[in-house]
Amino acid sequence: MSHENTEYRPYLEPKGFYAWFWTVDHKRIGLMYLYAILFFFLLAGLCALGVRAELFYPKTQFVDHHGYNVLFTLHGTMMVFLFIVPGIPATLGNFLLPLMIGAKDVAFPRLNILSFWVYLLGAAVVVFSLIGPPGSAWLDTGWTFYTPYSIDSSTGVIPVTLGAFILGFASILTGMNFIVTIHKMRAPGMTWHRMPLFVWSLYSSSLIQVLATPVVAITLGLLIMERMLGIGFFDAGLGGDPILFENMFWFYSHPVVYIMILPAMGVVAEILPVFAKKPIFGYRAIAYSSLAIALVSFFVWGHHLFVSGMSEWSRWIFSLLTFAVAIPTAIKVFNWIGTLYKGSVLLDSPMLYACGFIFLFTIAGLTGLPLATLATDVHLHDTYFVVAHFHYTMQGGTVVALVGGLHFWWPKMYGRMYNETIAKVGFWTLFVGFNATFIPQFVMGYQGMPRRYADYLGEFHDMHFLSSVGSMVNGLAYFLIFGNLIWAVYKGKRAAANPYNSLSLEWQTPSPPPLTNFDEVPTVTDWTYGYGSKQA
Amino acid sequence: MFDHSKAPDGTFFNFHKEPPVRAYEFFKLGMWIFLATEVLFFGGLFAAYFIFKYTWPEVFAKGSAELDVVYGGINTIVLLGSSYTMALAVDAAQRKQKKPLFWFLVATFGGACLFLVIKYIEWKGKIEHGFLPGTDLFFGVYFMTTGLHLIHVLIGMYFIGLLIVRAKKGRYTDEGSSHAGVEVGGLYWHLVDIIWIFLFPLLYLLGGNH
Repeated sequence: MSHENTEYRPYLEPKGFYAWFWTVDHKRIGLMYLYAILFFFLLAGLCALGVRAELFYPKTQFVDHHGYNVLFTLHGTMMVFLFIVPGIPATLGNFLLPLMIGAKDVAFPRLNILSFWVYLLGAAVVVFSLIGPPGSAWLDTGWTFYTPYSIDSSTGVIPVTLGAFILGFASILTGMNFIVTIHKMRAPGMTWHRMPLFVWSLYSSSLIQVLATPVVAITLGLLIMERMLGIGFFDAGLGGDPILFENMFWFYSHPVVYIMILPAMGVVAEILPVFAKKPIFGYRAIAYSSLAIALVSFFVWGHHLFVSGMSEWSRWIFSLLTFAVAIPTAIKVFNWIGTLYKGSVLLDSPMLYACGFIFLFTIAGLTGLPLATLATDVHLHDTYFVVAHFHYTMQGGTVVALVGGLHFWWPKMYGRMYNETIAKVGFWTLFVGFNATFIPQFVMGYQGMPRRYADYLGEFHDMHFLSSVGSMVNGLAYFLIFGNLIWAVYKGKRAAANPYNSLSLEWQTPSPPPLTNFDEVPTVTDWTYGYGSKQA
Repeated sequence: MFDHSKAPDGTFFNFHKEPPVRAYEFFKLGMWIFLATEVLFFGGLFAAYFIFKYTWPEVFAKGSAELDVVYGGINTIVLLGSSYTMALAVDAAQRKQKKPLFWFLVATFGGACLFLVIKYIEWKGKIEHGFLPGTDLFFGVYFMTTGLHLIHVLIGMYFIGLLIVRAKKGRYTDEGSSHAGVEVGGLYWHLVDIIWIFLFPLLYLLGGNH
């Protein structure tokens, strides 16, 4: 396992479209997924900037009311279905999972590439039908497709939901693949309690992927049937129930939040011990809290319907269960902080992102509590408070962890180092811009500014203006960050095989790894986090 | 297209070059996970059934009375029979008996075809009498559940057809080969059967028409 090995050929060779597109190598698939989702991240991000540009001032300036609805629909649909659901599992997960457990590849490599192709197909269907032929009305239902409007809307609801349906298959294939890989392909000695925590978090999110995704598939399928045949499931005129759609939709779409955030938590748990030079604190507590979150996530969807029409008893129970999610989440946060305690902390850029994650995610979690409380939720429901809350989890949590993970593993992926100064500047730009965008939205939401409105009263102007300025800084930061990373692929300094002295298996092989990951199957004798005892 | 079975050793986990036992374990776990997704997939429809039946019992009683229990019952027996031959096929594959494997698979495929024919007669009758998906909630549920089940029967038939072709070539019974394909095909076919076992009483028998 050394550089001197004459046989060594990095997985990045051979080059060429054919060699990549037909590959079954998990590392290549991970990278292709990465660039695909980043492309949609760019599109969806530009839509968000369009929304914020419109909101600089009251009244309409750039787009009319329908155009505004289209913008936030495009933003939400692409961000959720095309970017953040595949998000960390399909990119970092695909790349790292076999490396971390000492395997040559995932269990079903051909299903893995099939998952990517299905993803591309679904993405094409979604994007082309969101935008539609010239002159047609663009989708304006919001990413949630709530009935009855989604049944009556003249826009392309059927092809978009069909696209989301197809994307579900990609998600299920990835989840199934990961579960079998983790069960069956661990290297000798890699017991469950020696696995890296990122693997635990992938396992938990894969469970949600395979169990929740089919429910949204049938829901969207029924919505298509409702529009095509008028089956009456969601039509009150035939005795159906529009709120049934909300229930079925959120039965998937709340657990999916944990598909997004659990792998992000795993990334943070990998970065912290390396840069604190300390074993992770509370390994088993962190590992099992991932499973606990996955379990509880299936029983909290009702908190999206507190004001939609729901019996009093159900509201109490859903409120209680929602609070229950805070317990495993807090266990994780306290254990991460425990890891930092008395460590020799190096604030390199991956560590900055990990610490930024803890800070922003804690805000996200705490602002979730007033939304889980019945009395305050009546006031805060469908206001900017909710918007700010879930952007703190999605962007402040998942995206920050994804970007941090990319910095951390970039030398492994490409064998090259990014510019550390620009990486740090990028982080602080993102941090400032992000908070400037969403802290005003907490305030506005508390004061009663409803979400999804193109226009607003003059008294909200200051806050909207500040939020819009912040969003532009936020957007700028991503160009800096990803520009730096892509620059590193071509011009970056060569990185050592293990630049951070990590003990994890993926660093014990050359960077970039050879096609087969390891020259010989590694044997594991200890857990991944023995920092301080074995080396400085 | 790239022929993955000829890929160089170690480029990925290659089933054709691994001991059959491992491939068997992988396939089986993967299929069980997939079956779990199927249960949740139909779960949404079953939930809708119970909610609507609870809300509109008289609509469901009236709609259920229109269904033909004889056709439904025959189809249940046909599908159960094909599940039985499928189980026998798996047994034959485990014993490496090429001929019985082939014929049990063909019998299973025949059962699926018979199911389709009876289903066609049933649906045709309903549609000719004006019972369409939009008629009332019961027929909405009826056509969605049986329709989705039908799609699964078709997928299963494709699967079994593939198994027949490969069984004929001895892919599952040759020396050192793995019969994992037959095993997971069997699992899938039993799931299709089990879903029908739930659909039949819920739609045909729980209507209060007897």
